[in-house]
Amino acid sequence: MTALAGSAAPSLAPRLGLKPRHFVVAALLVIYPLAASPFWTVQIGAQILFLGVIALSLMFLAGYGGMVSLSQMTVAGCAGYMIAVIGTNSYNLGLGWPWWATIPAAIAIGTIFAVLIGIISVRTGGIYTIMITLAIGVAFFYFTRQNYAIFNGHSGFAGLQPPVLFGVSWRDPLPFYYLSLAVAALSYGAVLYVSRSTFGISLQAIRDNARRMNALGFNVNLHRVVAHGFAGILASLGGILYVWLNGRVSPGTIDIGPVINILVIAVLGGLRHPIGPFIGAALFVLLRNFAIDLIDPERFNTLIGLTFLIIVLISPDGLLGLWERARGWARSGGSAAGWRQKQG
Amino acid sequence: MRLFLLTIMNGLTLAALYFLVASGFTLVFGLMRNVNLAHGSLYLLGAYIGYDTADATGSWFLGVAAGFLSMSVAGLLLQIGIFRHMVGQELRQTLVTIGISILLADLMLAVWGGKTYQFDPPDWLYGAIRLPLVRAYPIYRLALLGTSIVIGIALWLFLNRTRIGMMIRAGVDDRAMLSASGVNTQRVFAITFALGAGLAGFAGVVGGTALSIAPGEDVRYLLASLVVVIVGGMGSVTGAAIGALLIGLAEQLGLAYSPTYGVVFTFLIMVAVLAIRPQGILGRPA
Repeated sequence: MTALAGSAAPSLAPRLGLKPRHFVVAALLVIYPLAASPFWTVQIGAQILFLGVIALSLMFLAGYGGMVSLSQMTVAGCAGYMIAVIGTNSYNLGLGWPWWATIPAAIAIGTIFAVLIGIISVRTGGIYTIMITLAIGVAFFYFTRQNYAIFNGHSGFAGLQPPVLFGVSWRDPLPFYYLSLAVAALSYGAVLYVSRSTFGISLQAIRDNARRMNALGFNVNLHRVVAHGFAGILASLGGILYVWLNGRVSPGTIDIGPVINILVIAVLGGLRHPIGPFIGAALFVLLRNFAIDLIDPERFNTLIGLTFLIIVLISPDGLLGLWERARGWARSGGSAAGWRQKQG
Repeated sequence: MRLFLLTIMNGLTLAALYFLVASGFTLVFGLMRNVNLAHGSLYLLGAYIGYDTADATGSWFLGVAAGFLSMSVAGLLLQIGIFRHMVGQELRQTLVTIGISILLADLMLAVWGGKTYQFDPPDWLYGAIRLPLVRAYPIYRLALLGTSIVIGIALWLFLNRTRIGMMIRAGVDDRAMLSASGVNTQRVFAITFALGAGLAGFAGVVGGTALSIAPGEDVRYLLASLVVVIVGGMGSVTGAAIGALLIGLAEQLGLAYSPTYGVVFTFLIMVAVLAIRPQGILGRPA
């Protein structure tokens, strides 16, 4: 028995593809807040981590499932709204459930919402998914803005915060950063793990050839709906962190701008590997905070729109694709063929 | 009874506007498989340019022409400059249109600001007309309905009775075969894109006159186009007309009888159609 247990433990690291550099990055992320100011810890660090988690849910759907869903921020916003509706908020409009019931309920409702979106959108495939999920996202935005019974209409909810647990106020910079880091690490690990599971392999096979998988007896639509559900859990987690940091949730949280931003983040980083969304989020958050030094802060969208356009035009696989191409170029001794090699 | 008729009339005129916007969207999609998510931006940009032209020249009709022409040229430039270099890469094309829409929305905000603009249509289009049962109804909206029907018929004739229309329809069915029979498909694509984008700009001025133009309208009409073509069937102009009718009527009836949940009705129609006919009412399976 001991031999079995012993052989199982070390096999996990190679199974997740862990290499020494991963541990270096992890160690750097853990000691990062010790060297950084609270602004850098929360507004930059934690923000990158949870935006990355929401974008990661899109990367999972798009990269492994071939379904580019624009409603991931909508799912995140739904879970965030549930934190306010089920828990407590400053308008005293919440149901006032304790934190240990609110958080799982919010994640569950966000996930159910994602599954419903999945059931609707897998009726058609490919490029249609973008249109349907965008329509769902915008419709949900208009709905929350007009609905006062549940979503409190235009003003939304304020006064949301994580619970005080074990004597720690989780909204303080350091705890909030580590909370975000833990969620991001778990999500990243979960996506890597699922992508190598039987389910993940089947999902990627469905992405490549749905008809053949159907003929082999796989339930194609069920796989896709489950993928939406799994991505829904990730998006809900990210959404809850999002509203905890901002302290409020309103229709503006799930407006077309934030919805598109998640796509921008995922595509900027690259949809091929789960690290992509975090790289994209880092670029996005840094640009948003420091673009003021470059251009008029009002024109941030022009900058991000241009950056997005340039990346999409020169590298369909985002920054990750650029990196791989640069590596191919370096290996081939600087020839043009090496640059093109990874273009695919 | 009067409220009901008035609502139906409003629904019809809104449907007319939706058809104008969505027909261009569905035309481009049907031929090039390009989901142009910048279509709403073309609508709003056409409206702004039309407004400036009408303001400078004092002629509303010149404004309409400017809206159509400027967006046709913009569409032509987009097709020739960007999309023809990524034929067959549907996702990439769509992502590019998203980038363009982000960029355009922000640049339009920079140039025209957050103000709401209102057109001045010619006097004879202004005011109300007496109709049986509904009593007074704005002439302009009736003119909009008429224009939309005329354009719908013209579009049908263009697609079904002209040589270029024939090429476009052949391209929708089989692009490779059309190309193999010696047709310059890039030219057909460019014409279609110019026409689709021009229709968006035209709708911008005409629709902006019926309602108003302000930031955010681009998203509204993008959503309308999306839902209309999802319901009507992608790539079918007749489908766009049916979809526009359903959505326009549902939106106005919802607004009149259940204001809070107006959006939900349009959404439910979309879900119902997807559940029964995933390819849309007149769409063909991909």
